[in-house]
Amino acid sequence: MSELDISKLPKGSKGFTHDFAADQTAFKGVPWGKAMMWIFLLSDTFIFSCFLIALMTARASTTADWPYPSEVFGLTMFGVEVPLLLIAIMTFVLITSSGTMALAVKYGYERNRKMCAWLILATAIGGLTFVGMQAFEWSKLIFHDGVRPWSNPFGAAQFGSFFFMITGFHGTHVSIGVIFLFIFARKTFRGDFDTGRRGYFTSMKSDYKAIEILGLYWHFVDLVWVFIFAFFYLW
Amino acid sequence: MEQNNKKTTTHSIGIYLWIWGLLFVFSTFSYLVDWYDFQGLLRWSLIVFFMLLKAGLIMAIFMHLYWERWAIVNVLLWPMTAIMVFVGIMVAESQYTFFTRALFFVMGS
Repeated sequence: MSELDISKLPKGSKGFTHDFAADQTAFKGVPWGKAMMWIFLLSDTFIFSCFLIALMTARASTTADWPYPSEVFGLTMFGVEVPLLLIAIMTFVLITSSGTMALAVKYGYERNRKMCAWLILATAIGGLTFVGMQAFEWSKLIFHDGVRPWSNPFGAAQFGSFFFMITGFHGTHVSIGVIFLFIFARKTFRGDFDTGRRGYFTSMKSDYKAIEILGLYWHFVDLVWVFIFAFFYLW
Repeated sequence: MEQNNKKTTTHSIGIYLWIWGLLFVFSTFSYLVDWYDFQGLLRWSLIVFFMLLKAGLIMAIFMHLYWERWAIVNVLLWPMTAIMVFVGIMVAESQYTFFTRALFFVMGS
């Protein structure tokens, strides 16, 4: 099958009407896996939006005082109260893993197998660190502070259920991402994307486009954290 | 594997490192909003400003949306207006709920 030369197609808004008026495929030159990942991420955006809009609604409609996240998530370091310390470190860890993922995609397309694989592994370790810190945060809130989905010592009772649902759903995404990153690191080290070796689960041949699609998912996890950081922790 | 041997153009490493650095800087700024304990409208506008900057950089550069076909960019970004409409609806709803709660909880039955 010959590859479509998208450089010959119209660009911008002309390309927009051209693509949608075309038969067979709407997104010219976009691999189907990438289009599907984007559409999945769009649906995931709606789910996370519903969580965050529900948080907004609960917070704006309660007559009780909402717990102040700056104090709830503060840590005492060397006798000094540092606000949101762990959350800030988690943010930087996730951004770092997003950066290594972007570079992995780049080296994948340049067919630099080793570099790509090491960067995916670094991304996976970053994600694992994030999940580990989240586990620490959860256990501190559950066992030390006594936060429950139905009550907490800080203020409005709804706080706990929103905390567990939003960060839990995001943490699940990170965990799934970490599993796939480790699998893809192994596949890349083994050279699956150079030899076209068939996948164990899908039994399909793949190439370095798969790294970009995995990267889209991972960047999305980082993207969602940007919004959770802003609306849950900082607001 | 004909596709595999096709040379794909990639972006220079510099742009990724730049965006990476900028994301660090903007995250630090949004953390500083909390550190210096800004309150009220200043706090909210700064949080949203840095949030949108970071989200835009991640989507445009890291997720390559800047280089994608306009068709898929539009398919992905237009549904966001539905979310904004939903936000607007729920702001009105929550204000009404708060009003009725204030009326019946605080002012008594």
